[in-house]
Amino acid sequence: MALIDEIRQEAKRLLEEKRVDVIIGYRKGTLPLRSTPAFIRNSDEVEGLIFDPTCSNNLASFANRFEGKVGVIAKGCDARSLITLVVDRQIDKENLVIIGIPCPGVIDHRKVRHRLRGREVVDGLILEDKVVVKGRDLKEDFPISEVLSGSCQVCQYQTPPVYDLLIGYQIKKEGRPFEDLKEFKEKCPGERRNFFEEEFFRCIRCYACRQVCPACFCEYCIVDRTKPLWFGKTTDLSDTLMFHLIRAYHTAGRCVDCGACHRACPMGIDLRLLNKRLEEEVAERFGFQAGLDLERPVPLSAYKDEDTQEFIM
Amino acid sequence: MDSSHEIKDWQPKILAFLCNWCSYAGADLAGVSRTQYPPNIRVIRIPCSGRVDPMFILKALQQGFDGVLVSGCHPGDCHYISGNYYARRKFALIKALLEFIGVEEGRIQFSWVSAGEGEKFAEVVKKITTDIKELGPAKCLVKNRINPSGGL
Ligand code: SF4
Ligand code: SF4
Ligand code: SF4
Repeated sequence: MALIDEIRQEAKRLLEEKRVDVIIGYRKGTLPLRSTPAFIRNSDEVEGLIFDPTCSNNLASFANRFEGKVGVIAKGCDARSLITLVVDRQIDKENLVIIGIPCPGVIDHRKVRHRLRGREVVDGLILEDKVVVKGRDLKEDFPISEVLSGSCQVCQYQTPPVYDLLIGYQIKKEGRPFEDLKEFKEKCPGERRNFFEEEFFRCIRCYACRQVCPACFCEYCIVDRTKPLWFGKTTDLSDTLMFHLIRAYHTAGRCVDCGACHRACPMGIDLRLLNKRLEEEVAERFGFQAGLDLERPVPLSAYKDEDTQEFIM
Repeated sequence: MDSSHEIKDWQPKILAFLCNWCSYAGADLAGVSRTQYPPNIRVIRIPCSGRVDPMFILKALQQGFDGVLVSGCHPGDCHYISGNYYARRKFALIKALLEFIGVEEGRIQFSWVSAGEGEKFAEVVKKITTDIKELGPAKCLVKNRINPSGGL
């Protein structure tokens, strides 16, 4: 049976057996090569579910907004985000069914646009490992790997490490989680500062990156506060940097590098680097990777006597 | 080079967060013992090093401080038992993040100073002041520069 049929069948069964009140998955979007999150309550609607490399949202960011039992069709990264939400007590595990699926990786629309040099896509589809696009004066296909999201290129957990049900097969891959960092870390502080200043200078403070992120679950975000006003709501470089440092810091030990923030950013800002650096520090210093374990608290709400402190006088 | 650096008598402004129970008392001891240390720090007393939200450190840099020192009780000595253990994890991450975006190593420093370590407190202040004098005025994150020739 094709993967998608299995997904629909499982969704239908869970709804009919009343194990869940809602299934969160994907359905076709209105624009070519886009999907949109689907919230399915009736078992006769499961035919609308899809799953392919256009399914790029991290669905965990919707899971804590429902009353009742929720079933989430989860790629590796969605499942890991769900686990961190359980650990952070944002979701009651009793009310959550993680339906794990093997993920082939998702496409980054910025890369598609770049590849087509701005020509407009009127119709597009995914055919096995190819993207096929059509438009006026445009009929082309190219391998998905050329437009794969940066996070997916280095992903270690395409199949969820923790799940309630697993559909399909287990993808095993050698991840290279910190590949992107290596070169960058070798630059001198001044060069890194210039890079980040140029990058974040473009930020328009739209907060799309915050909205899509399952790790940004605070009801009252520090950037919306006015008393105290920790930093200005301007696009002054200093205020913007403050926002991004805090965003990265608050998601430390929770970020699973799903890349949703980077894909959502209308300005194409490299948001992954800051997150990656913290992910690396958390892994090296505290031996922790987000979303692998239902029992272990996130590193910032725990400590060990023997934590390293070589940097303290 | 930054213009304020050229001012002949540039002196760094360093903000120090000292915990009430150990480091603040340590600073006090340095004071009553007449131990000399550079006058470049401005002290904010906090209940516990665990109270230091990394936001405080960022804010200090944004407001124009050239360096930040955070000091608390030695591990095992925290008045609230474990505040400094949590703090230690926060500090490790914010330090890594700041250095990654180009804040020079040495601008943000941490220490454990007990109430009996007046001498150590003076040493810590000497070290951070020397380090920051070497680095020059802060460049990263600064929004409001403190008047370089005058007081705070
Ligand atoms: S990060 Fe991994 S699990 Fe997530 S979309 Fe990419 S390949 Fe799939
Ligand atoms: S910070 Fe970005 S990459 Fe990390 S979990 Fe949030 S959306 Fe995903
Ligand atoms: S999505 Fe991009 S432009 Fe919008 S606030 Fe985030 S980084 Fe800035």
